[in-house]
Amino acid sequence: MSQPNDSGQRGWPLWEVFIRARRGLSHQHVGSLHAPDAAMALRNARDVYTRRGEGVSIWVVPSAAIVASSPDEKDPFFDPAADKVYRHPTFYDVPEGAKHL
Amino acid sequence: MTGIQPLAAYALALGDDALILAQRLGEWVARAPQIEEDVALANIALDLLGQARTLLSYAGQVEGAGRDEDDLAYLRDDRDFRNVQLTEIPNGDFAVTMARQLVFSAYQYELYTALRNSADETLAGLAGKAVKEVAYHRDHATQWVLRLGDGTDLSRARMQAGLDQVWPYTEELFDPADPASQLPGVAADPAALRPAWHAYVTAVLSEAACREPEPRWRSRGGRDGLHTEHLGHLLAEMQHLHRSHLGATW
Repeated sequence: MSQPNDSGQRGWPLWEVFIRARRGLSHQHVGSLHAPDAAMALRNARDVYTRRGEGVSIWVVPSAAIVASSPDEKDPFFDPAADKVYRHPTFYDVPEGAKHL
Repeated sequence: MTGIQPLAAYALALGDDALILAQRLGEWVARAPQIEEDVALANIALDLLGQARTLLSYAGQVEGAGRDEDDLAYLRDDRDFRNVQLTEIPNGDFAVTMARQLVFSAYQYELYTALRNSADETLAGLAGKAVKEVAYHRDHATQWVLRLGDGTDLSRARMQAGLDQVWPYTEELFDPADPASQLPGVAADPAALRPAWHAYVTAVLSEAACREPEPRWRSRGGRDGLHTEHLGHLLAEMQHLHRSHLGATW
């Protein structure tokens, strides 16, 4: 089994797949897959993730290009937000019919 | 009855092509080079199976003898199948399968494009839907032929060997066949599909740095029920459950 991001002879590189379910929504991460290059990654994503009409648009991104936050940084990154209630839009009513906020 | 039989025979021939190739491609499931390719080949097989179901059901309906899609798929012997031999030859390695996919999906693309204008509503309706599926099949095969052909020395050699193995079976697709010639306005004339097919595949081969094979022999007779030794084995696997448990349902 090849390591993720390993583009050596034995394995294909890993790609992250983002799909937009319909117009007006943003692309959502749905999973990852292996493919030899970007064009094949797009086709594989079509086959693996949109068989039941899930999408109108697909993005594929080399997993190696993703910079991720580290679990070690969890506290300084995320904890300060916990007690700042004014950052949440809870002080006004959301109009009916405004979806996907 | 004789007036409508050519239409039943035509639907049967096209349906058998799709059914037998679907069964062949299904053999890749759990054996493809990568799991992603496994899913891709299964998708293509299922598209073909869907086309086969429509065509065989329609053939049975037009025939008017009470045979449904299952009767036609599971209870005929090899001499009664009308598929071209291209669809029944073994998968070989991945390059052989991709060579066959390139040839067959490029053919089916021209076929269904033509059949969209058929005077027969069922065939025209099927073709309108299937041409989109087949456009993807053709693209999938094209991508692989390009990558294998224009890849390493080893991949090019194997891609060329795959093409060499498949090419003797290509001309049969374009043979004048009885049901088609008796159905002007309804069927697509096989010979008329060849120029566009040839232009497409030769463009792919040239971009893939492969040469078009010049086989010294060619297959014949699938549309008349003359098959290779491989079809009987394929049918044995495909039909044995249905024949062992007649009338069984899930």
